[in-house]
Amino acid sequence: MNGLLKFITCGSVDDGKSTLIGHILYDSKLLYADQEKALLLDSKVGSRGGEIDYSLLLDGLMAEREQGITIDVAYRYFTTEKRSFIVADTPGHEEYTRNMAVGASFAQLAIILVDAKQGVLVQTRRHLRICSLMGIRHFIFAVNKMDLADYSQERFEEISRSIWDLTEDLSLKHVTIIPVSATEGDNVTVKSDHMPWYQGETLLSCLEQTEITEDAGSGFYMPVQRVCRPDHEFRGFQGQVESGTVTVGQSLTVLPGNETAKVKSILVGDRSSDQAGVGQAVTIQLDREVDVSRGNVLTDQEQLPVSKEVKASILWMDEAPLKEGNDYLLKLGTRMLPAVVKRIEYQVDINTGEHLPAHEIGKNEIASCLLEFSQRIPVDEFKRNKTLGELILIDRISHMTSACGVVEQVENGDEKPYFEKGVLRAGGYIFEEFYFNLENAFLSRQKTKEITYRQGDVVSVSGDSFHYPDFFDIISLDDSVAVLVRNQTILDIISLDDYSYSGLPILDERGFALKISSKEDLSNCLHEFNDLGADNKIGFHNKWSKFETYRRIVCNENFWII
Amino acid sequence: MSRLTHLDELEAEAIYIIREVAAQCEKPVMLYSIGKDSSVMLHLALKAFYPEKPPFPFLHVNTTWKFKEMIEFRDRTAKELGIELLEYINEDGVARGINPFDHGSSYTDIMKTQALKQALNKYGFTAAFGGGRRDEEKSRAKERIFSFRNAAHAWDPKNQRPEMWKLYNTEIYKGESIRVFPISNWTEKDIWQYIKQENIPIVPLYFAAERPVVYRDDDIIMVDDDRMRLYPGEVPQLKKVRFRTLGCYPLSGGVLSEAVTIDQIIDETLSSVESERTSRVIDKDGGAASMEKRKREGYF
Repeated sequence: MNGLLKFITCGSVDDGKSTLIGHILYDSKLLYADQEKALLLDSKVGSRGGEIDYSLLLDGLMAEREQGITIDVAYRYFTTEKRSFIVADTPGHEEYTRNMAVGASFAQLAIILVDAKQGVLVQTRRHLRICSLMGIRHFIFAVNKMDLADYSQERFEEISRSIWDLTEDLSLKHVTIIPVSATEGDNVTVKSDHMPWYQGETLLSCLEQTEITEDAGSGFYMPVQRVCRPDHEFRGFQGQVESGTVTVGQSLTVLPGNETAKVKSILVGDRSSDQAGVGQAVTIQLDREVDVSRGNVLTDQEQLPVSKEVKASILWMDEAPLKEGNDYLLKLGTRMLPAVVKRIEYQVDINTGEHLPAHEIGKNEIASCLLEFSQRIPVDEFKRNKTLGELILIDRISHMTSACGVVEQVENGDEKPYFEKGVLRAGGYIFEEFYFNLENAFLSRQKTKEITYRQGDVVSVSGDSFHYPDFFDIISLDDSVAVLVRNQTILDIISLDDYSYSGLPILDERGFALKISSKEDLSNCLHEFNDLGADNKIGFHNKWSKFETYRRIVCNENFWII
Repeated sequence: MSRLTHLDELEAEAIYIIREVAAQCEKPVMLYSIGKDSSVMLHLALKAFYPEKPPFPFLHVNTTWKFKEMIEFRDRTAKELGIELLEYINEDGVARGINPFDHGSSYTDIMKTQALKQALNKYGFTAAFGGGRRDEEKSRAKERIFSFRNAAHAWDPKNQRPEMWKLYNTEIYKGESIRVFPISNWTEKDIWQYIKQENIPIVPLYFAAERPVVYRDDDIIMVDDDRMRLYPGEVPQLKKVRFRTLGCYPLSGGVLSEAVTIDQIIDETLSSVESERTSRVIDKDGGAASMEKRKREGYF
């Protein structure tokens, strides 16, 4: 028996989605007697003139039954001899596209209905694009209402050709096309006598046989949902394993922050275990005290990116349009944080797939955007690590889920070195080399790997382009952090509020000397920064900092221009 | 690692949901109705936080018409597990003598829906777990796992928040709340198989035993105490019955059954031709849309 299959039905209005699923349930004798009785009663007053209206099995809301349409996604559960299924029956109206997307985010396979008379419509294309965006890989196209198209092979082939064109455009690999009649039952659960020219499977047997291959994922990762602290002895990190396996004794990294520790114990639910794998709800204890809280990711993958900027494809679902510069609450993994839509790269034409320039995106449109988070977080491409590539945007005032999206690309522009201790964090280029290019007369920073400096780290106080004392203080006014360097070692990283003048030279985070040689100087400098530093940054820096005290300009040909 | 079984998958999904609520919602509560779904929910909550106790209380909205055995089971369970159990009774309804015999659907409204709203307001809960399943009823089949309620506890089925993957939106304003259904995707069969797999204690009323009952319309009603109003000439008779769903005894229809083990119950469930809701007298009130109406008014 194949595993559980989660699938959706989608397609344009009146293509017969609910009817199709209703028919499968009815044919498979999957209804309880009371449900069947209710169906027969309801159908008598329905729009099919007393014939069984299978869609009434699914359209459960009063407004749906009144209007004869599907408004929201309905879930049904059924089991045949060969397989268990959960089906999400989704609305076809453009107005309710977001409810269709809810179903798509849940499904492994999509049945796309196409009306044999109407062919492929804009809404069919929209649904197909959304399914593909949300990560569905298996598609069955049910060319429906063949009874109204005289069961014509020619018509079926004509529609099939336009479907193949579309699926090629979207590079969909697993595609099956079946001619059906949802009301009459042709090729739904039993082979149709009306279409002897069709040699393939029925829809139900296709569903029973489709094998879903999930990407195993390379390494282990788990976003932390919560910290479990029943007493002082126990401190466990709870979450669901999203990829790979975790074993007692294995070394894990905590992202962001990069601290490492070994796994001391694993609980799967309430049972102790040596190992846990994908999908399991676990509690992991580490062998030493590390700073871990909700939103952190535990992983054994060294290359898992941490960034504050991504390119994402999003489906806009809110009445209020998306505009560049808008800020939202973003949820990704188990982390929620503010995010800004910095730029709309382009809008995707639902019909043709063309990329159109846009500065505003309306409801039910798809766009590619550049998002900036308020902090660096573990995030990855959707196609590589699914859970770290799924996101929603929440309106900060209405609290509406305004958009859903998937990460296409993680931006690495933010390769800035940092000083970090607990929640304190300050960017700083103080230990970076700057070179002068003779050709173009640019002074540029050499491209370096992202690096984090922590308490106790030994730093190199001399380089090509700088020479610092062995003892000095660094203050970052932007990040409100002070770093105490003693004997070429980082003694401590503290909040600027807790810093007092030590008599040692003070440098800024770029390696500029600050003209501070007394307590008064320090307090004047801080006041001026707070009063006018933000408005007149250049003036402030030219007044208070001096480049040439510890830094010098040297020439070099072989460096990257940043 | 081998693939998770269907039940393992459902369990992991529910635990994820329960943990998300505990981590993100300000003041959660788990509704505890003493039935089999509640027993499963309680079990999942214990597992989700182990070795910690669930970081929220459990709330039983008592209509005062529950089966005696349910209340005994409730008190024993809370004591054994050391969980915080709150009981809420709509005392105003009791004082007005509201009962299931005279007041029909207003009984349900006053003693269940209103009582629930009063309890949620009294404690200021911002999120309430319920054991609703989508396979139970058509309007439930349409409901999100995180179902938003306005300050009047009302559900707006036409304007539900999109719910993508497992990125649950828990943002609310003061006064608003969220109903959360961690076992949305379970079927009745899953519930029984899980009870068996995990050896979860349930109220003995689920197993067939000889009980004093009367036949009314199509229902078999148990005479649980002397408040039961008998029609002239009606005499309780001993029949071997069990209950598929439990609630207020005058409103819970039993079924004739020989099933005394979980396996026998599973067999009966699989071959049953009636859905479980037919045994709830309350659901026949008001036709196809009655559940949706009650949910719009704040019912679970």
